[in-house]
Amino acid sequence: MTTNQNALITLSASEAAEGLRNGDFTSEQLTQAHLDRIETTEGTAVDAEDRSLGKTGLNAFLHVNAEQALDDARQVDADRAAGKQLPPLAGVPIAVKDLIVTTGQPTTAASRMLEGWMSPYDATVVQKIREARLPILGKTNLDEFAMGSSTEHSAFGCTRNPWDLDRIPGGSGGGSAAAVSAFQAPLALGTDTGGSIRQPASVTGSVGVKPTYGSVSRYGVIAMASSLDQVGPVTRTVRDAAALHEVIGGYDARDSTSINEPAGPYLAEAEKGATEGGLKGLKIGVVKELTGDGFQSGVSQRFQESLELLRAAGAEIVEVSTPHFDHALGAYYLIMASEVSSNLAKYDGVRFGLRKLPEEGPVTIERVMSATRAAGFGPEAKRRIILGTYALSAGYYDAYYGSAQKVRTLVQRDFTNAFEQVDVLVSPTSPTTAFKLGEKTDDPVSMYLNDIATIPTNLAGVPAISVPAGLAPENGLPVGVQFMAPVKEDARLYRVGAGLEAALQQQWGGGLLDQLPDTESLIAARTQGSAK
Amino acid sequence: MSDEILSFDEAMAKYDPVLGFEVHVELNTKTKMFDDAPNAFGDEPNTNITPVSLGLPGVLPKVNGTAVESAIKLGLALGCDIAPVSHFARKNYFYPDTPKNFQTSQYDEPIAENGSVDIELEDGTQFTVEIERAHMEEDAGKLSHKGGAGRIQGAEYSLVDYNRSGVPLIEIVTRPIRGAGERAPELAKAYVKAIREIVKNLGISDARMERGNVRCDANVSLSPKGSETLGTRTETKNVNSMRAVERAVRYEICRHAAVLDAGEQIVQETRHWHEDTRETTSGRPKSDADDYRYFPEPDLVPVVTNAEWIERLRAELPEPPAERRRRLQADWGYSDEEFRDVVNAGVMTEIEETIAAGASASVARKWWMGEISRLAKVREIDPGDLGASPETVVELDGLIQEGKINDKIARQVLEHVVDGEGTPGEVVEKRGLAVVSDEGELSSAVDDALASMPDVAEKIRGGKVQAAGAVVGQVMKATRGQADAARVRELILEKLGVEG
Repeated sequence: MTTNQNALITLSASEAAEGLRNGDFTSEQLTQAHLDRIETTEGTAVDAEDRSLGKTGLNAFLHVNAEQALDDARQVDADRAAGKQLPPLAGVPIAVKDLIVTTGQPTTAASRMLEGWMSPYDATVVQKIREARLPILGKTNLDEFAMGSSTEHSAFGCTRNPWDLDRIPGGSGGGSAAAVSAFQAPLALGTDTGGSIRQPASVTGSVGVKPTYGSVSRYGVIAMASSLDQVGPVTRTVRDAAALHEVIGGYDARDSTSINEPAGPYLAEAEKGATEGGLKGLKIGVVKELTGDGFQSGVSQRFQESLELLRAAGAEIVEVSTPHFDHALGAYYLIMASEVSSNLAKYDGVRFGLRKLPEEGPVTIERVMSATRAAGFGPEAKRRIILGTYALSAGYYDAYYGSAQKVRTLVQRDFTNAFEQVDVLVSPTSPTTAFKLGEKTDDPVSMYLNDIATIPTNLAGVPAISVPAGLAPENGLPVGVQFMAPVKEDARLYRVGAGLEAALQQQWGGGLLDQLPDTESLIAARTQGSAK
Repeated sequence: MSDEILSFDEAMAKYDPVLGFEVHVELNTKTKMFDDAPNAFGDEPNTNITPVSLGLPGVLPKVNGTAVESAIKLGLALGCDIAPVSHFARKNYFYPDTPKNFQTSQYDEPIAENGSVDIELEDGTQFTVEIERAHMEEDAGKLSHKGGAGRIQGAEYSLVDYNRSGVPLIEIVTRPIRGAGERAPELAKAYVKAIREIVKNLGISDARMERGNVRCDANVSLSPKGSETLGTRTETKNVNSMRAVERAVRYEICRHAAVLDAGEQIVQETRHWHEDTRETTSGRPKSDADDYRYFPEPDLVPVVTNAEWIERLRAELPEPPAERRRRLQADWGYSDEEFRDVVNAGVMTEIEETIAAGASASVARKWWMGEISRLAKVREIDPGDLGASPETVVELDGLIQEGKINDKIARQVLEHVVDGEGTPGEVVEKRGLAVVSDEGELSSAVDDALASMPDVAEKIRGGKVQAAGAVVGQVMKATRGQADAARVRELILEKLGVEG
């Protein structure tokens, strides 16, 4: 447990920013320390010829952007030395989920369809992190086109959970969560359509936020399900998440669904929540439908303990019912798949990305499109395209898409009713801790059930945060607690999240990730084990 | 392979045609419907594009506000109800000219519904065409098929130009039009003409059919004479001139009639019009079950209008073409026939501007319907595009009134003006075309002419005044047409001592 304790990589982003301001170290040193950590924990390619087999280590990154990151870091150092005014997080490196387009390095969405594709433009959130002067370490792994709960659907091999290399890091944003929890990056960007930021945060012991729909621009975020997708921070502390949300949030005229209001302040709310008595007067509702049966015992236990701590910190805890949440998962899989079937139609080999000619027979446009899509998409992408195409078809539309939209309205109404009674809602983030790699790949429905607690917020557009709540006694794996707030009340999440975090850390005598096993030793042990 | 067709008269004896039109109007906004890329015609392929036009991963659309205003204006001009809330929807289909493999359009909640257009056939017969809806959507790119006959079948490869991809379109859909009978082909032409005139008048489209700014899909079906039963329809796509619309509708009526007469069924399908052979050929089969899997566009918020906005736009609407025609005819005092000729020649606006510039209604008509139209016809362009301005006409008329030139010279001057040699005054100056007004010079020219034709002079003296024409002709010849013929005639009679 020693090499995880490198002085620079274990700093939170806020601490690192402070150190940079004080001149304790340079951004180049900080960035290099993270690049070194990536180097020692990513592992090597299992098969140099076949990227789909992934790496022996974490495989959190699909592309590492070392040179550009160091150049950017040096530029920040030079500007700081020249006495220039710099944004608060300037010089703190960040990792970006490979669903978000970037110039200067590939964007793949973890799909063969886009292998090697270079975007000619930056996503709005990437522009914002560049303006905030955060060197970009690289692009993180995900389930193909963000479709999955384990990163096992990545075309370039799964990411491994740093708590147990034979377990999933969650998904779709397993790469960002693993990178942050394993100290490869202090900050990362994720995207959350049905839990893709929060569930990975939960199973890796990191913090993940899905902001209010429209709070962060989606321009340049490869669309999975447009009405549900949202970009958000993945960090090790609630405070860092608040700081990053302030960087990436705000109105963008290029995204019609963007909310025309300034983002934040969030950091001040996080600081308020972490102070003594910071949760006084806060009314928290426990979602009845998201507890009990179907939740792993250690998850329930840590959840109940968290409620006690919240109560001790001055919050009032009540139970609320959201009766339509039971139907949310079904509605989600219809709406999401319908939008997916249309959003993924553009991948046809005509303008960019993979183009595959038919192996035999005439080369017509239909046959090229067909061969390209057959070769370029993995099985989960195909499953959802087929499901969505079916759901939107004439004669089925009303029964499937139409009914799902009605359920969506009912779920929104449940939230509205609940927020008339309480300030925030709380539930476990995920019903289980990290499951084993391969355990659910043959059973899509059991995989989908992992998103049961995270999906309602996406359907309603409300914001949510996942905060580490400790380790499950039965297997020593991280458990996450999720808070949900009304639309545009993201600030409440930072207050209550920071309050719980402060109480837990007092109990643990530090962050949960201080208990992370030494990653390099785990990799070495696993490599030796498989060599035997 | 040509289809069997029946003669139009035979078809009309047995069947009643029912028509329907979908007219696509390309708007002349500066940028595209959902994108900042320029909306411009004729540039190098794939230069007016952005990541959004190409549908690259991650891009998002945003609605062009000017295009929405244009759609509202058109809706109002068509007498439609403007929806307080309308939505965009995705029409999903795979085709390489559509970069996202779906077209962003409007489906069950269009911006404008329930209107009508009054149209007039060339002989003045009036029809009212009911409008079901007008909705906003985006244009597709342009495919060029290379090799083979330049059509998709048999081509070796195809090129795609996305400059047009995303250009704002408004699609205007009529309700079925019954009762046109044998006037159906004319009505088709008049309808497209009326729509073109409306959008041009609103200033929302360049409305140039040869550039595809206005494109018509014509639906035709036949009912047995006197029956209410609707026949199976065909949709003839992209008929891109008014004359072609008329011919395509006529052709389809005759073709349907032959199929029905043979006891066969009309295949519900899209047809393509071929201007060279003046026939339609079968496109792809189309059925009501065509499944575009429409669903609400999740990347766009609804278009919300309010009464204040709509009323402001309504107040800005120009006078409707039909009302304007009635007003102008009354102001100018033209007969119905004269006015109809003016309208059909497409020079009404030019005449209006010429009168505004100072010419009388009769002078303006004389020039625009006369020499300008004649020259335009010779040069195979529209009179308005000839290069003669209202000022040209006013100046020409002024020169005639002043006696500087005569009608014949004025026509020559016009030709030089439209060839770019300057204003009429400049042309007269440069080319020395002024009439000979020097009395001495004229007088001696008349003396010479009379001397060269003594027998004619004698006849005139004897009272045959009409014989003076020959002498006038001689003088005009001698002065290369630059004499004032009336003055020449006066001089002849004076010199011979005859009363005029």
